[in-house]
Amino acid sequence: MSQPGQDAKYFQRGKIEEFRAELHAAEAKDKKFVKRKTVLKKIVANITMGTDMSPLFPDVVQCLGTPLLEIKKMVYLFLVSYGRSKPDQIHLVIPNFLQDCNDRNPLIRALAIRTMSYIPIPVVTDALSDNLRHALKDRDPYVRKTAAICVAKLYTADPRRAEREGFVELLRDLMLDSNATVVANAVAALSEIGDRQDGVIFKLNLATANKLLAAIPESSEWGQIYILDSLLRYVPERHSDAEMMAERIIVQLQHGNSAVILTTIKALLYLMNYMENRQLIDYICKKMGPPLVTLLSSGPEVQYVALRNILLIIQRRPTVLKNDVRVFFCKYNDPIYVKLAKLEIMYRLARAENAKEVLAEFQEYASEVDLDFVRKAVRSIGRLAIKVEPAADDCIQALLSLIETKVTYVVQEAVIVIKDIFRRYPGRYEGIIPTLCENLDALDEPEAKASMVWILGQFANIIDNADELLDDLCYAFLEESTEVQLALLTAVVKLFVYKSKADKAKELVHKVLKWATEEADNPDLRDRGFMYWRMLAINPTVAGEIVLSEKPPITTDSDRMDRGALDQLLLHTGTLGSIYHKNPETFIRNAAGKALKDSPALNQHSRAVLVPLARSQLPSTSPIVVAGPGPVEPTTQAAPVAPAPPSKSDSPAESTVSAPSQLALGNSAGTSNDLHEEGEDESPAGQPNALDPYSNLDNAFGSYLADEPRPIAGGRHGDEDDLLF
Amino acid sequence: MISAFFIFNQKGEVLISRLYRTDFKRSIADVFRIQVVSNPDVRSPIITLGSTSFFHVRVNNLYVVCVTKTNANAALVFEFAYRFINICKSYFGKMDEESIKNNFVVVYELVDEINDFGYPQNSEIDTLKTYITTESVVSSSSQPSAETSSRITAQATGATSWRRNGDDVKYKKNEAFVDVVEVVNFMGSAKGTTLRADVDGHIQMRAYLSGTPECKFGLNDKLVIDRGPASGSAVSGLGDRGGSPSDAVELDDCQFHQCVRLNDFDADRSISFIPPDGEFELMRYRATSNIKLPIKVIPAVAEIGTTKVSYDLTLKTTFSPKLSATNVVVRIPTPLNTTDVDVANVGTGKAKYVPAENVIVWKISRLQGGQECSFSALARLTSTTTRQVWARPPIDVDFQVLMFTASGLIVRFLKVFEKSNYHSIKWVRYLTKASGGYQVRY
Repeated sequence: MSQPGQDAKYFQRGKIEEFRAELHAAEAKDKKFVKRKTVLKKIVANITMGTDMSPLFPDVVQCLGTPLLEIKKMVYLFLVSYGRSKPDQIHLVIPNFLQDCNDRNPLIRALAIRTMSYIPIPVVTDALSDNLRHALKDRDPYVRKTAAICVAKLYTADPRRAEREGFVELLRDLMLDSNATVVANAVAALSEIGDRQDGVIFKLNLATANKLLAAIPESSEWGQIYILDSLLRYVPERHSDAEMMAERIIVQLQHGNSAVILTTIKALLYLMNYMENRQLIDYICKKMGPPLVTLLSSGPEVQYVALRNILLIIQRRPTVLKNDVRVFFCKYNDPIYVKLAKLEIMYRLARAENAKEVLAEFQEYASEVDLDFVRKAVRSIGRLAIKVEPAADDCIQALLSLIETKVTYVVQEAVIVIKDIFRRYPGRYEGIIPTLCENLDALDEPEAKASMVWILGQFANIIDNADELLDDLCYAFLEESTEVQLALLTAVVKLFVYKSKADKAKELVHKVLKWATEEADNPDLRDRGFMYWRMLAINPTVAGEIVLSEKPPITTDSDRMDRGALDQLLLHTGTLGSIYHKNPETFIRNAAGKALKDSPALNQHSRAVLVPLARSQLPSTSPIVVAGPGPVEPTTQAAPVAPAPPSKSDSPAESTVSAPSQLALGNSAGTSNDLHEEGEDESPAGQPNALDPYSNLDNAFGSYLADEPRPIAGGRHGDEDDLLF
Repeated sequence: MISAFFIFNQKGEVLISRLYRTDFKRSIADVFRIQVVSNPDVRSPIITLGSTSFFHVRVNNLYVVCVTKTNANAALVFEFAYRFINICKSYFGKMDEESIKNNFVVVYELVDEINDFGYPQNSEIDTLKTYITTESVVSSSSQPSAETSSRITAQATGATSWRRNGDDVKYKKNEAFVDVVEVVNFMGSAKGTTLRADVDGHIQMRAYLSGTPECKFGLNDKLVIDRGPASGSAVSGLGDRGGSPSDAVELDDCQFHQCVRLNDFDADRSISFIPPDGEFELMRYRATSNIKLPIKVIPAVAEIGTTKVSYDLTLKTTFSPKLSATNVVVRIPTPLNTTDVDVANVGTGKAKYVPAENVIVWKISRLQGGQECSFSALARLTSTTTRQVWARPPIDVDFQVLMFTASGLIVRFLKVFEKSNYHSIKWVRYLTKASGGYQVRY
């Protein structure tokens, strides 16, 4: 007997020839098969290290005759790694597989079909078919639960074959199996098949859904997740059905596995759309809060998943965690991703009642070390001022004391938010402008600079030396970023409108207009320059009215996602989509989109904002980037982060390609998914609400959300090639 | 679902590589190595590149990584990684590079067994140990007979997949140990107010009980106590507090091990279950009301000009004199430009400046209930040309108090029923501790 666990020594690169020789040598005088075991371990270690061991195929396969489970498992591991690349030799092992498929030992039978189904080439699949059919009806539940997953594997390898041979029906039968583990795996397999674009549709009716629910208490925690997840495939026709179902699953909120909790919450949120009983809905909301908070004592990774989901859930169901802002206060040693997510939730939960303590926390964070976190904290102070009017005075004081620290990035963030505070509360805080002007030199980032320039232009009438300050800022006009150039252009025009008599203003506006129209490369800048120039030339009075027109007030009422989009996104609670706050079909190739389905039970509000399923593939061409709203204010080019509600037919669509037309393109080309390059750029930009151009604060608030987690775009050729080298 | 599973060491070398699906080649591991292992500033446990997402959990310089191309259930992926780590700890005693390399063949068997095609499968350690064995894990024989196997499969897929068949579990002395462990989280403001105080509790059980015991467990849960007369006698054993109903605690939330019948809990808040054999976490709970903070921290930190910081700190224990706090470690941050620290006066314990971490560490091995002790120090700073703002990280206190629960929770009873009607002995311990989450600003 070898010593327990002394195998690290096998992690050494070896040569194919040596291993082959050792295997041959092991055929004789190998007591207890120790030699063979040793060579196989070396080979497996080499596979792990990334060495190609496939030339040993015929030699390794020889070991299958050895009556030792450990050896069999290593050979099977070898086959899973290389079987696919040896279609001409794989027939050597088929007899062994077939023998194992009929072994008396259920573990061996299951191992055989599990391994065979990992080798998706026709020779193996042919041999597997009949055995799989038997295995699905095996007397042993372990074999059946393994077989259920094998069907999903077979379907991935050859969908039409799996359908033709009736495996999908057999899988459906397994949903009624007496063993809960088998039921759960059958549901998992059917869900996988149903999520494929070319897959058989998987829906549940009331009777089946109830059967599945009955299996939950006996299922493993993973099985519970598969079953709970599948409930979204059931569309309640009556309020009472949805309500009854919710009452049955709500106890799962007490489960110790965070994925069970989040999947239960997903199902509850879904079912609530079909409920009528207000009391029950309130009760469910009340029940969901505590388990979500409890997730914050899990590992940091699960905390992160929970926090990103909480952020979505409280936008749709604000009562869930209304009074719990304190649990989201950051601990000094929380990982940065947890801190950033908590900060966002704290802002969401801030109200007049708790604004003081929230502000105190933000101030505390503004002196921490992580740059991103500090910036976001400073911005949050500004957003708090805009959101909660009674707290605005305190927030301004906090920002002023932060400016006093002279820490450049803090000052810059403060300037950016103060600009928005000026717009939110006109006539209240302009007295602090001199303080801001003192810090002009500290501003070197485009967004901060542009904000300051906006302030100088907008209030040029009350800033005595606005002309000098703007002149200074224009000194390197042509080297500035477009964002700053656009802001400068607008600001000097405003200055001119205010002080059209002053020579300095005249001279400055002339200089800048000339630069913008004659020397700038950026078409936006040029166009805007021409526009101003002509306006000023034709009718300066009207130009003044336009340039200094009353701005729509900034509010945070709409500082949350559109409800229809939110309803749709919440169907992905707990998944990657919920981390990035994006519908999966917008960033994952071939991912299945989800949409609420209409039914007589769907409540009216949900129906009114129902978002139909967008096209299910990523666009085949690069999406057209939508410019921000009108050119009057400096626009930021921050990538839209909120998932786009797919454009409605009545929305202004001059610059967007509407979703339906893309769909038509995709279909008419008759392609499924193979030739689409991945346009990973971003989801199509959010449609600003036609009535309120600032409804989408991503625009008005610049890059507040720029440090949101997001998928990183794939390379030029789509991710496939990039990630596979 | 999960397409690939890897374990990397700190250098980015692959220790385990298992591809569950054909949508990746092994070279996907290189992408992770470049994006995460060699990246000094990883800011998320999930990284998505194109359609490919990498989930990772770090443990003892290892990375446990799952890769997917689908909109995977993120919570499930992380729970799976946590479970895998626990299984390894249980199998090999620890989870580090050495133990993984020394047992890689078993790890491969485990990884094949607990996940099929990316879907996590039965991962109950007790069951796994009956058929996936290392030499160090006891096994009946290396190749189980068909009959044994049928029993294993029945268990692995059955309603009590966490416990071996009743006849296989025999103890001479039937004992159950219950440990109530509470972690207090506390954040105090500079003004002395409580910003947050809550308790993350968990009840750890070690069950050495023969056969298939049916257990019933009772706490002084307010919702139960209010409901009616308690059944069963108290076995609380808690030194500091009695078990009278008026001391019932309000639990904000509780979550249970897979073995607890949630439907029963939902119906009458009773906690009934057939326990796994050996050690497991029976439940987790959270409490936020009436938290008794065992140690009060009163800091006075003053920046004297730009060259000195003075510290005066007082600790007061609030619990009964019969109890004591042990392993008290106070970490007091100093500015980054501190040159040296004079610890002027330490009443109890030892204090030392640790320049590498910019903290003064004050250690007290034992602090009696009702006791008070203080500390003062002076930090000298180098003068810097640019005025640096000191982030003033909070003062952190770690400690342990035996036989005390900050929430006031006590175990009222644990009943064991088994058909052979044996007598069982039960032990209850309580521990309240703080580790990294008991902080005071100043």
